[in-house]
Amino acid sequence: MKQAKEPFQFVAASYLICIGHDRPTTLRDLSQGIAKVSEASIFCHTFHSLSMHHYTSYSSDFAQWAMAACNEHELAERLGGIDVRQFVAIEDLRSALVHTIDSYLHGRPRSSDRPAFEPFYFSETREIALPLEMRALNLTELSEGIRRLSVQSLHFHFVNSRLRLHLRTNDFSHWIERELGFPELAARIDRVDFYTNTLQGVRDGILECIRPWINR
Amino acid sequence: MYSALDQPMSSQAPVQTSVPPLKDYASIVGQPEIDELWALAKSLKNRTVKMVNSTAVGGGVAEILNRAVPLFQEVGLPTQWDVITGGEAFFSVTKAFHNALHGLAYEDRPEWFDLFLATNEENRKRMEFGESFVVIHDPQPLPLVRAREGKHSHWIWRCHIDLSQPNERVWEFLRPFVEKFDASMFSSAAFTHALPIPQYLIAPTIDPLADKNRELEPEFVRSVVDKFGIDASRPIVSQISRFDRLKDPLGVIQAYKMVKKYQDCQLVLAGGGATDDPEGSVVYAEVQEAARDDSDIFLLNLPPWSHLEINALQRASTIVVQKSLREGFGLTVTEALWKKKPVVASAVGGIFRQVFHKLTGMLVHSVEGCAYQIRYLLSNPALAQRLGEAGHDHVKENFLITHTIRNYLLLFWLLERNRQ
Repeated sequence: MKQAKEPFQFVAASYLICIGHDRPTTLRDLSQGIAKVSEASIFCHTFHSLSMHHYTSYSSDFAQWAMAACNEHELAERLGGIDVRQFVAIEDLRSALVHTIDSYLHGRPRSSDRPAFEPFYFSETREIALPLEMRALNLTELSEGIRRLSVQSLHFHFVNSRLRLHLRTNDFSHWIERELGFPELAARIDRVDFYTNTLQGVRDGILECIRPWINR
Repeated sequence: MYSALDQPMSSQAPVQTSVPPLKDYASIVGQPEIDELWALAKSLKNRTVKMVNSTAVGGGVAEILNRAVPLFQEVGLPTQWDVITGGEAFFSVTKAFHNALHGLAYEDRPEWFDLFLATNEENRKRMEFGESFVVIHDPQPLPLVRAREGKHSHWIWRCHIDLSQPNERVWEFLRPFVEKFDASMFSSAAFTHALPIPQYLIAPTIDPLADKNRELEPEFVRSVVDKFGIDASRPIVSQISRFDRLKDPLGVIQAYKMVKKYQDCQLVLAGGGATDDPEGSVVYAEVQEAARDDSDIFLLNLPPWSHLEINALQRASTIVVQKSLREGFGLTVTEALWKKKPVVASAVGGIFRQVFHKLTGMLVHSVEGCAYQIRYLLSNPALAQRLGEAGHDHVKENFLITHTIRNYLLLFWLLERNRQ
């Protein structure tokens, strides 16, 4: 079994949501708010909300609010269609969000200023990541570690990693390609869809990808 | 109407029930969650915690503390739980404040503020605050924060109530105390205010292994139903809550009477009192009067230790209702969802975080809406079952006691880091 020189370090990640003071009540105010809030806030309502909303129509808080509080279904679909996997920097994601809302509102003054059913509460995610006493030097150990991660920590390694690495990939794929030299497996894992799966489903999908490669 | 024997409300110091060790929760939340709790707790070794609230029995706060305090101890954070004391007059004032903070009518009586402060001062003098973290629950003990001067502790205010539309006079009186804390915790973003301290969004939780929530033998469930004279062969609609105007028991009876015109069912209103709620007996009398001529309405004023009976009644229910007018979170909703029950609940307060309309339950805004959704679910049992199952999963992912432990540990960790 192929062994890595540098081990994969598993991390226990946890998140708290801190509620801010900005509370837009129209789509115009939402757009202006997105343009100026902290990166932690954009992260909270896009990357972090991905792990929280299995029972809402959209995993993006902005899309969900556009639909549920503003009754703007078309805008909700457009915002919901922004794939965080395409972004390695929050500023680029912020620009995409603002552009999507502003272009939708262009020529729709009523939609811009119509009061929403409830305010949007801008919040920030506080991330706490502590290294676990768990490392992997090969695919067997990596699989075992992935099995033993909480869903929040899985989210940290598989979703949030894109921002940390500034690459369009996740921690597992990055390590597999760099340390074990399996780019095909790395790409396959990265295709596991966290939009249409629960995090438990994502875990199963990753393990399924790894299984045939373990003895290579 | 069936009415269970009234039990006098008593005041007592916290009695912590025996709680299973953390490892027992692994079969529910998964071993990874438990392993990571231990990892987090290890980073807070040698820290101590004090929890302070206003009642040892009755209500969601006492229930959470009863279960959480032993778990904090187990992960290595010695935790002291203290309950403030006060006479009937003090608790009448705090109940008036409680209602006012929920936006209900408030009679402005300045002497109430004096009594509130004086009682808290008496408590402050008899209590010690040497712990690393002091968590004050709800508004009743808020002025205790004055004890922090000259001490190194981190102080946290845990607000369990719906503060979205507070009476300004009461809120402005309490706000300066809130601002003295290092951080605050709310159950919903809508309850937060423009405060100079961080406000964290943290939901309360239930303990799946507690008597109130653990699995029960069907025979036991049946025996409880039989004991109260309820007919297990006919649909049972229940609301399990304190007899409190904010829980709108009279509205539930109205909704039930509307349903009854079309469908056979029985109504169970079961709950007890909290020692800090002197209004309960008055409301109970009003409910008795409203239910007087209907033998299918069961009023059960149960003592605070009736956890197994409450559990059985929820499990025996066809539909669980929570028709609150205001609600901090609604742990009775959480309990019902955990038991895979279809829930019809008011679209207020923290209930929004639990019930997603037509996905994990039904949200309603009126007596008429409540009646309609009960009828709808009675007629569509397959949908009712799907809602209940989705609700169970939602609670499992977000609202179990292990989440409470984890969130407190996270907040403690953040406060320590921010001070460094």
